[in-house]
Amino acid sequence: MNKIIQTTCPYCGVGCGITAQVDDMRHQVSIIGDKSHPANFGRLCSKGSALGETVELKGRLLEPRIFGRDTNWAQALDQVAGTFTRTIEKFGPDAVAIYASGQLLTEDYYVANKLMKGFIGSGNIDTNSRLCMSSSVAGHKRAFGSDTVPGCYDDFEQAEMIVLIGSNTAWCHPVSFQRIRTAKDANPALKIVVIDPRRTASCDIADLHLPIASGTDASLFNGLLHFLQQTNALNQAYIDAHTEGFAEAVNAAALNSGSIEQVAKRCKLKVEDLQCFYQWFARNEKVMSIYSQGINQSSSGTDKVNAIINCHLATGRIGKPGMGPFSLTGQPNAMGGREVGGLSHQLAAHMDFSSTEDIERVAQFWGAHKIARKPGLAAVDLFDAIYDGAVKAVWIMGTNPVVSLPNADKVKQALQRCDFVVVSDCIANTDTTALAHVLLPAQGWSEKDGTVTNSERRISRQRTLLSPAGSSKPDWWIITQVARRMGFEKAFQYQIASDIFREHAALSGLDNNGEQGLRDFDISGLAGLSQHEYDQLQPIQWPVNQTNPHGSARLFADGQFFTSSGKAQFITIEPRLAVNSTNNDYPLVLNTGRIRDQWHTMTRTAIAAKLNQHKPEPFVEVHPVDAKHHQLLSNGLALIESQWGSMMARVQIGDSQQQGNLFVPMHWTEQLANHGRMGALVNPVVDPISKQPESKHTPVRIKPYLPAWQGFILSRQELTMIASGVDYWVKVKGEHYYRYELADGVLPNSLQTWVRANVFNTVSDNLQCLEYQDSGRNNYRAAQIVDNRLESVIFIAVDDALPERDWLSTLFEKPVLEKHERMALLAGIPPSGVAEGGPIICSCFNVGEQTIRAAIREKGLKTHQEVGQCLKAGTNCGSCVPEIKALL
Amino acid sequence: MKQRLVVIGNGMAGMRTIEELLTAAPEKYEITVFGAEPYGNYNRIMLSSVLCGEKAIEDIVINDRQWYLDNGITLHAGEDKAVVRIDRKNRKVCAQDGTVAEYERLLIATGSKAVIPSIPGNDLDGVISFRDILDVKKMLAYSQSHQNAVVLGGGLLGLEAANGLALRGMNVTVIHSNNVLLNRQLDSPAGKMLQAALEQRGLTFKMAAKLKQLLSDENNHITTVCLDDGSQLECDLFIMAIGVRPNMALAQAAGIYCERGIVVNDTLQTYDPSIYAVGECIQHRGDTFGLVAPLFEQAKVCANHLSAHGAAEYITLPTATKLKVTGINLFSVGDFQGDRTTESLHFTDPACGIYKKLVIKANKLIGAVLYGDTTDGNWYQELMEKEENIADIRNVMIFGKVYAE
Repeated sequence: MNKIIQTTCPYCGVGCGITAQVDDMRHQVSIIGDKSHPANFGRLCSKGSALGETVELKGRLLEPRIFGRDTNWAQALDQVAGTFTRTIEKFGPDAVAIYASGQLLTEDYYVANKLMKGFIGSGNIDTNSRLCMSSSVAGHKRAFGSDTVPGCYDDFEQAEMIVLIGSNTAWCHPVSFQRIRTAKDANPALKIVVIDPRRTASCDIADLHLPIASGTDASLFNGLLHFLQQTNALNQAYIDAHTEGFAEAVNAAALNSGSIEQVAKRCKLKVEDLQCFYQWFARNEKVMSIYSQGINQSSSGTDKVNAIINCHLATGRIGKPGMGPFSLTGQPNAMGGREVGGLSHQLAAHMDFSSTEDIERVAQFWGAHKIARKPGLAAVDLFDAIYDGAVKAVWIMGTNPVVSLPNADKVKQALQRCDFVVVSDCIANTDTTALAHVLLPAQGWSEKDGTVTNSERRISRQRTLLSPAGSSKPDWWIITQVARRMGFEKAFQYQIASDIFREHAALSGLDNNGEQGLRDFDISGLAGLSQHEYDQLQPIQWPVNQTNPHGSARLFADGQFFTSSGKAQFITIEPRLAVNSTNNDYPLVLNTGRIRDQWHTMTRTAIAAKLNQHKPEPFVEVHPVDAKHHQLLSNGLALIESQWGSMMARVQIGDSQQQGNLFVPMHWTEQLANHGRMGALVNPVVDPISKQPESKHTPVRIKPYLPAWQGFILSRQELTMIASGVDYWVKVKGEHYYRYELADGVLPNSLQTWVRANVFNTVSDNLQCLEYQDSGRNNYRAAQIVDNRLESVIFIAVDDALPERDWLSTLFEKPVLEKHERMALLAGIPPSGVAEGGPIICSCFNVGEQTIRAAIREKGLKTHQEVGQCLKAGTNCGSCVPEIKALL
Repeated sequence: MKQRLVVIGNGMAGMRTIEELLTAAPEKYEITVFGAEPYGNYNRIMLSSVLCGEKAIEDIVINDRQWYLDNGITLHAGEDKAVVRIDRKNRKVCAQDGTVAEYERLLIATGSKAVIPSIPGNDLDGVISFRDILDVKKMLAYSQSHQNAVVLGGGLLGLEAANGLALRGMNVTVIHSNNVLLNRQLDSPAGKMLQAALEQRGLTFKMAAKLKQLLSDENNHITTVCLDDGSQLECDLFIMAIGVRPNMALAQAAGIYCERGIVVNDTLQTYDPSIYAVGECIQHRGDTFGLVAPLFEQAKVCANHLSAHGAAEYITLPTATKLKVTGINLFSVGDFQGDRTTESLHFTDPACGIYKKLVIKANKLIGAVLYGDTTDGNWYQELMEKEENIADIRNVMIFGKVYAE
């Protein structure tokens, strides 16, 4: 029997509602967007649409493991609790730590935070949200006295101007981008400005793109503040009534900005472009400044956030429809993590260690007499402390720091040196689970039950779709069980997720009033939810309390802020450039970020074959001039090195990249590529206030990697002994096959022998396979066919004469190979008359570039809508529309 | 008055020359043809097809006696019409039965003879070669009354004979001196595949074997084949197919310069300017011939000169090999072995019985072996003849012309 269940997407911070049709017997889920959910109104992006393909059990962590052996829950929990307890007894509470994740549900997060801060008594719980949101958190706190996103998605439609700053919204928050695109279509007067060093897909709808020099955002917004003052575009009444610190901030801005020409020079922008932006900003009342990692991931990220907020305060454009600063959060529950206090400097429910009253209040509420009284270590410092041996036991939940943290090779070493590493995850093999002493099987997205909060403060339910895989358990249950075994039974009596939610909601409302201190985060209106009401909970924006029982779309409409004076704070900004500047040894700036079809470290998105087709390999985008200077070949391999580490990537040359800058995707892991971890390169530099790493700016050098041979394998089965020892390999899951890209510096004496041993896993001469050899060039190709069905095909070339993989890939869908296909197999190209689809552009409908080009040519298609009508491409998530338009 | 042209040999090379000549200069000659077989002109290559039953004798006739009449050609055909002497001084030829013909121009097209192994028993009854219709008739007769055939020689002719006899129901063993069948045409992998395919059809092979002697019964009829390794094979019919030699005795006797064959220049003229020679009896620039394609080319050049148009020159081009065994496709051309100065491309699909090898030197194709899939043989031959630079198509050319366009 199929069930229809409404739940929430587990990827980015847009927080799209999903309607899932569930067949628990067959362990199948089919996904459509939830038309009633206010975050997406039925739309889904390519990743969300493919969720149904990621729920397979293959690759899941199904049983607890201690030192690599499957065990039962009792033993695993005893081991964790026992080791943590002994470590604390011997070395104190600060010798243990939890590193959590914006992938956790609010309920999981709440108990993890409660355990560490309340009962272990250390602040040492931090989260991967440190890597994406902490500069926003810090900026909000400084300006508003609270970590508050003032606006909401509805503002997109009401704005007169939207500024996207350091955000490739088109790829990273595709559904929000579609909403902005739709708003622009409906109202062509809506001005879109993109501020980004790269010309990203988001520039597709931009009226103006400012290709700002990396790291100069604060100069640009200081310049804007100065310009607003000079052109009398300030809202002096608002400044006077609702803010503090304006004079100092604007004076400093004037001083360090100088003329527009000087600002333009500093930011490497055309004066007229900058002037245009400033004038538009001044003239349009309803301006939204939407920003993301390009602002946050910086050693001056907090200042950049405040430089933006300053301009909104100076014009009074905050808290009203269609305007305000708006931080797009990266993860599905980064906001939820912030609400429970999951960052090491937070305490709980938007209270922190700066206030003794807050500490006492929380201690009393929890019944926690050992409560931590000072912040713990933030992510980068935390792993340094593990490396140094100060932290001796760590529990990592639902995240992959060996890939995602800066200086990731050191993180790997830190975990290798650590006495006790516990990892709870839903996936068995990740770069981080590989280093765990104890592995705890957590339930995955399709099995969990709880709540998440999106970028616009909207709490949505994530609901159980499928029965748990193997022995997996909810994260809150695992934490609770360990807490009980550590002697904290009384405080961890939760039976179901809603028990935790009610407690969390109650804490948010505790003493939350004008007398005892008003806090922005208040969902006390939900503290009394029955289980039934919790199950039925509709998406709702906090605060939810007596005053706002149905939630709140916006805050600060009344000009009242959560500072002690009730006034918003201007922050005086002295712009700083990135900490590590380029030099002769490392002359290029490395930028990192997301791509359209992958999520984080690909542990789930790479399961969905169609999401791997858009960008199958780690790549580096290089400006043509830099490519020439560094002798890089288009589509060749490159070695990128920083002072901290190295990676290899496929070279993509294009002028969307600025000269002097490189861009690499953040996603690849050692599970999928032996040298694709960008984290190894990234400098371990953090913002002094937010402690957020400077992931967008690392000095690097690049050189071509010239292999003795390159090749690829397409195999129906996953290969176990994949090419151990080759310099470069990447694994890509396809539909019915796995693709491996290979390159190495040494040519084996016999490629035939090498392939048989490493790919076909046999030394037998009787192997029945098709083979092609070019003795002169040492090119080798082979294919295995079993019962007329293609099993595997391998191409190795000493030159780069390798065919496209597309057509060969399609042969795996065929139950029987036709004779002409068999003959063409090792030619690698279809027999004449069969058109190639080309690289996939539209992941949702699997439409390739060549198909689109052909349709445009043959049918005379003029617009992306026509392409959509003809091929469906671009009609679902729409995130490939910029690429279709480029083809047109 | 027409000049007189006499042709010795009513085979494929001679008659193709006449056909070409009739097109080029139909009125120039009064033509007389001598043939030692009592038929018109037939396609010797198709004898294998007759042997294995795919064709009847009448199917392989190229020109019947009526054709000679229609074209005003005097035909002397039959055993007693075999020419026994060329009188160069008087420009006439004499046949066994005394028939004499005078000529202004003589064309020798006497073909070749099977090589007879010099071992005891090579003249026994039941020991024959595989050259003409008579041989085929004998073989067919044996196949109806006897069991065991042994074929000496795993070359094209031997294998075709063996296959035909097997299809006619005999137990056939092929004795081959080399380790590889068709070793003049195939490399080792292709030869092994061919052997496997023929074994599957019931043929037996004695590879790298050397013949010692043939034993007979009291009626002087072969009974046993003895090999050097001591093994013996029962044998009712023994086919000699270890190659052919130019049939040049007549020319030699007439004092025409011969080496391994009748030596001709690029216009197919012998050392006697009034005498031409074509076909398997000649030696041109050191080469002798055994396949049909160069013969036809020689015929064209020779006719060109006989018709006094006189511009064409004969050049030996790489010749492709095909085995006429139904269901077995093989093709080879040029230097298919290669050496240290060459590069090679290989493709194998054992399950489909396909093997291909292309030999490349200085970006040109110089040889090819194809087994199992010979679709592109002609294309490869064309690439070789035109000496095309293959650098751009190298990565796909082994898969066929359709990928290289």
